[in-house]
Amino acid sequence: MINAQHNPHQPHEAIIVERIDEGADMFSLRLKFSDPKLQDDYEFEPGQFNMLYLYGVGEIAISIVSDPEDSHIIDHTIRIIGRVTRGMANLKTGDRIGLRGSYGRGWPILEAKQKDVIIVTGGLGCAPVVSAINYIEQRRGDYGRLNIVQGVKHSADLIWKSRYDRWRQLPQTRVFLTADVGDALWPWHVGPVTTLFDQMEYDPDNVTVMMCGPEGMMRAACTQLLEKNIASSQLFLSMERNMQCALGHCGHCQYGSKFICKNGPVFSYDEIADLFSVKGF
Amino acid sequence: MKMEHYYFSTDQLQRLLDNLLDEGYRCVGPQVRDGAIMYDELSRVEQLPLGVTETQAPGSYSLNRHATQKYFDWANGPQAIKPLLFAPQEKLWQSAQAADGQISFNTAEPELRPVAIIGARACEIAAMKLQDQHFLQQQYSDPFYKSRRDNLLVIAVNCGHPASTCFCHSTGDGPFVEDDEAAADMVLTELEHGFLIAAHTDRGEKILEDLGLDGCHQQHLDESASIRARASIQDKQLPQFDIKSRLLNELDNEAWDSIAETCLSCGNCTSVCPTCFCHSENDVPELDGKSSSHFREWDSCFSQGHSYIHGITIRSNTSQRYRQWLTHKFSTWHDQYGRSGCVGCGRCVTWCPVGIDVIESLAKFGGDAS
Repeated sequence: MINAQHNPHQPHEAIIVERIDEGADMFSLRLKFSDPKLQDDYEFEPGQFNMLYLYGVGEIAISIVSDPEDSHIIDHTIRIIGRVTRGMANLKTGDRIGLRGSYGRGWPILEAKQKDVIIVTGGLGCAPVVSAINYIEQRRGDYGRLNIVQGVKHSADLIWKSRYDRWRQLPQTRVFLTADVGDALWPWHVGPVTTLFDQMEYDPDNVTVMMCGPEGMMRAACTQLLEKNIASSQLFLSMERNMQCALGHCGHCQYGSKFICKNGPVFSYDEIADLFSVKGF
Repeated sequence: MKMEHYYFSTDQLQRLLDNLLDEGYRCVGPQVRDGAIMYDELSRVEQLPLGVTETQAPGSYSLNRHATQKYFDWANGPQAIKPLLFAPQEKLWQSAQAADGQISFNTAEPELRPVAIIGARACEIAAMKLQDQHFLQQQYSDPFYKSRRDNLLVIAVNCGHPASTCFCHSTGDGPFVEDDEAAADMVLTELEHGFLIAAHTDRGEKILEDLGLDGCHQQHLDESASIRARASIQDKQLPQFDIKSRLLNELDNEAWDSIAETCLSCGNCTSVCPTCFCHSENDVPELDGKSSSHFREWDSCFSQGHSYIHGITIRSNTSQRYRQWLTHKFSTWHDQYGRSGCVGCGRCVTWCPVGIDVIESLAKFGGDAS
């Protein structure tokens, strides 16, 4: 007999404590396991993910953006893109969902303490690095200078303007925003994220870089940062592939010898450099 | 475990089957079905493919009558042990939603009835060990695979008739069962008249004791050794260069595209491969909307959806998919499980509808070193 504790495939019920509309096809779900014991026992680190289940439709892997020391709530920010997220977007506060996790290896957030930090992201939201920024924000004194570089394709894609404004107010923190295509009202930079790197302030021998977003952007960013003498072991990337089981069994997220769901999703550049420049893995 | 060999006459096969059935085993063994030798429910010796053999070549498989009267004088059919342990489709859990919106989850019950497979080959045993590693010996253990594995009795038969597509001797996985880890419970060797049989586990030893067999003679052992020597002569071999590192150094080689010009990306190779483990998960709601079942089923890295992620297909063309499969099987598998993912069974060669030969594919990357 298998009981639910021993069937790692099976989700548990969670309640949507709050649903927040983020605009631009994005929404956030604040979740809590229905079983208080599961909630008490739940642990995660920034950069890890959960599997969320929409009743009757299916599961998806979603990054966790809440604070690991806040045991009351588990936050997810989700972009509407496929069958499951489209259905999930219709859920309301008080509705139920299936949840299992946490999975994978997160950011080296503890190892980065006392160091300067560079966050590079591209595209909408980029939940994996938001968890790291939130973590540093709550413990600002534990980290050195913080550089946040956010790139979007079109100026209209930038969400959470207020959040960037808030981060800009943090001590020793610089926020750089850029759009590949700007417009008349876009007050920030126009061009790829890499064109902002000269303005960042950091010690190349004592810095941790965390990035997520389109792989083309991350490739360009890695090339530039390596040229600026940041060690490849200090460049960390959150990788994405199709994930269906999150247990390292279903094979969809294989990336060379790695299973992104269990060996990642966060990798140092060293670990994936061999395949990172090759299309189709 | 001492591996003592006993002589086992052909007319004792039915007794072995009867004993297993009496003990509650569902017996599964080779028989002719749909023009191939397939594993199916077995209760009578007459169901076994007596005097049947087969001819295999890239993209081709046909059955023939054989002059000798042997039960196991054929090379592997399209199935291995894999479907008995890693089911082609199975329910993992079920959910139900009440009128007030509460969702309850119930785990699916795994198969608990003991199964005895008779006729598994050395290549299949090697593949089973690899699937054991993947499903049981990593961070998470799969309870469904585990339940079937714990309930599986393996009666292997050493191979005396490799096909032209076989290269198990070259991968080190056959033709005879080398079973240090006792993955098979018993191993048979079919002689001109009768069998040699040895138990590898206590469970197997117990079953042998119940049969009250006589010891074997030196002539039986000599005959077995000569069958082994003959079956080890296989024309097909892995190329001699360092496949593991060479493939990863040849990711831009034009040969990937030239193979892809023939490959249909149909996934037959991954379906018959005894080590391929990819599977997809699907939720299937009941028509009344009150409950939904969550299934997994075999998937293939040759499918369009395998590499799909938020609007992007990472491997959009056949060349990339073939490269993914071959580099995983022969290169990155080493990093994951300490050896190659190929056991030399040749199924992917035989069952490829366009006859792509994996050995020829590998040879394309040998360059000067081959």
